[in-house]
Amino acid sequence: MRIVAEHLSYTYNPKSPFAVKALDDVTLTIEEGEFFGIIGHTGSGKSTFVQHLNGLIRLPASKKRRPKRPKAKKGRPAPPATVLTVGEFDLSSKKTDFRALRKRVGMVFQYPEYQLFAETVKEDVAYGLKNFSDKKLTPAETEAAVRAALEIVGLDYGEVAEKSPFDLSGGQKRRVAIAGVIVTKPEVLILDEPAAGLDPLGKREVMELLHRLHREWCKTVVIVSHDMDEIAENCTRAAVFSEGRVVYALPPASLFKMTDELLALGLDIPLTAKLCAALKERGIEVDCDFTVEDLIRKVVALKGENA
Amino acid sequence: MKALEFRNVSFSYGKDAFAIRNLNFSVEEGEFVAVLGHNGSGKSTLARLSDGLLEADGGEIFALGMPVEQKNLYEVRKNVGIVFQNPDNQAVASIVEDDVAFGAENVGLPREEIGKRIDFALKAVGMETHRHATISRLSGGQKQRVAIAGVLALKPKVMILDESTAMLDPRGRREITDVVLRLNKEEHITVVLITHFLEEALLADRAVVMNKGEIVMEGTPADIFSRHEELLTYNLALPRIGQICKGLREGGIPVGDTLDVEKLAEEIAQCVSSRSI
Repeated sequence: MRIVAEHLSYTYNPKSPFAVKALDDVTLTIEEGEFFGIIGHTGSGKSTFVQHLNGLIRLPASKKRRPKRPKAKKGRPAPPATVLTVGEFDLSSKKTDFRALRKRVGMVFQYPEYQLFAETVKEDVAYGLKNFSDKKLTPAETEAAVRAALEIVGLDYGEVAEKSPFDLSGGQKRRVAIAGVIVTKPEVLILDEPAAGLDPLGKREVMELLHRLHREWCKTVVIVSHDMDEIAENCTRAAVFSEGRVVYALPPASLFKMTDELLALGLDIPLTAKLCAALKERGIEVDCDFTVEDLIRKVVALKGENA
Repeated sequence: MKALEFRNVSFSYGKDAFAIRNLNFSVEEGEFVAVLGHNGSGKSTLARLSDGLLEADGGEIFALGMPVEQKNLYEVRKNVGIVFQNPDNQAVASIVEDDVAFGAENVGLPREEIGKRIDFALKAVGMETHRHATISRLSGGQKQRVAIAGVLALKPKVMILDESTAMLDPRGRREITDVVLRLNKEEHITVVLITHFLEEALLADRAVVMNKGEIVMEGTPADIFSRHEELLTYNLALPRIGQICKGLREGGIPVGDTLDVEKLAEEIAQCVSSRSI
């Protein structure tokens, strides 16, 4: 499912002293099949944006069947119409079946393990499945789906199914929480800071898990992250949010060439980009895609040429 | 005097394996120690034992010379403050100054003194302009700084940060490490920084690595980082710069281990451009 947003704006607490413009005329397209990254610091609008994608924040829908075109005011052109579609779902329409949408667009919040609630891992993972399925599932069907979901996140069904989710380790809890979202096999999976708070090994395991899901279950994966190295290593493309606007939407290999621009926005750059910049100052141009492997390969190749 | 001392301490949650096993560990007054280890290595248990939130199954624990036991807990906790991980569940009040005052009120300080302590604590963490702000409207880094101020208002001699930066964005993380470093250097508060960001451990005078409830490595941060293979066996990944150094060496570029990007670039430059035209 292709995600298209055009001229999307959103204000929290409008018409009050606490009004905050969180999104300001955002236009962004995420193609089907991407492993998309969203970066920007706290308060840049990235969470507000992703919450739109499965209707947690709704556009103010017009009561009429066809939304009214915004009218031109005297002497000014008509403001452009807001568009927000995810696949065939038009999120600006009131008639959209949001339940069907949410079944196909899975959302994993920050620290999803805080949302675990059931007595056993099995029940926790099955919860979303029961809510989203159109007919009553037989116990065998439920078990098969839960088993598959736990296995793809790298947990052994036999070992964890009957355990309380609260007795698991931090990394395992997070996997269970992710399994609870992907059990309906969503086509689009959106994750807010999926690796935050985990130790380095846990981080790596979660990213590997996301790539496995991307290959086998979910066509499109969107991650929100503060970790620029994570974006550089994993994403096909990344959008930079700042003050409610999308400033760039580029593949990491071109995005992180703009070192100065990103730093000016108060963002970090990957370590690899810092090293490339430091080498450039010393007259050595390394044209890499900002992954650690590629950087090493290119530098070693440079040495080879010179020798 | 030692700020914290563990003598042969063991602790287990229930019947299962030990969370802390025969641990001997001490921190000198004024020292800044980083405690590293993967999830479940016993780091947080160590923090909780230090001020009596958990009671050891065996061995002795001393804080500033006092045994950490029931009758001393009040004194111990005045002197050993802990800042926890989650910025959203450490606040007890809704307004910054009320929250900072909470601990000081509990130990029964006079009103004027509490006012002074709030001024001091908020200034120390750089939040004096947010004195009357609503905590729920602050950023994660700001909330954690308020939590630190709440601990500081008690003028503790030892401060333990139990993964207090883990849930923050890079900017928030820097805010906290800056404050902690300043408190250590200027206010001479002993700091125990528990983290799994190896980069943060660089700020410390000394680093220890925990695994399965035991201390398995100890030394200066630079020394710890140079022992790659060992770190990997304790499930601690190298910082990315370490990975790059290692990869370059394997590719035949003789760079040393460093954590400084500029220094690494210099070494690469010498090697790569020495024969270029």
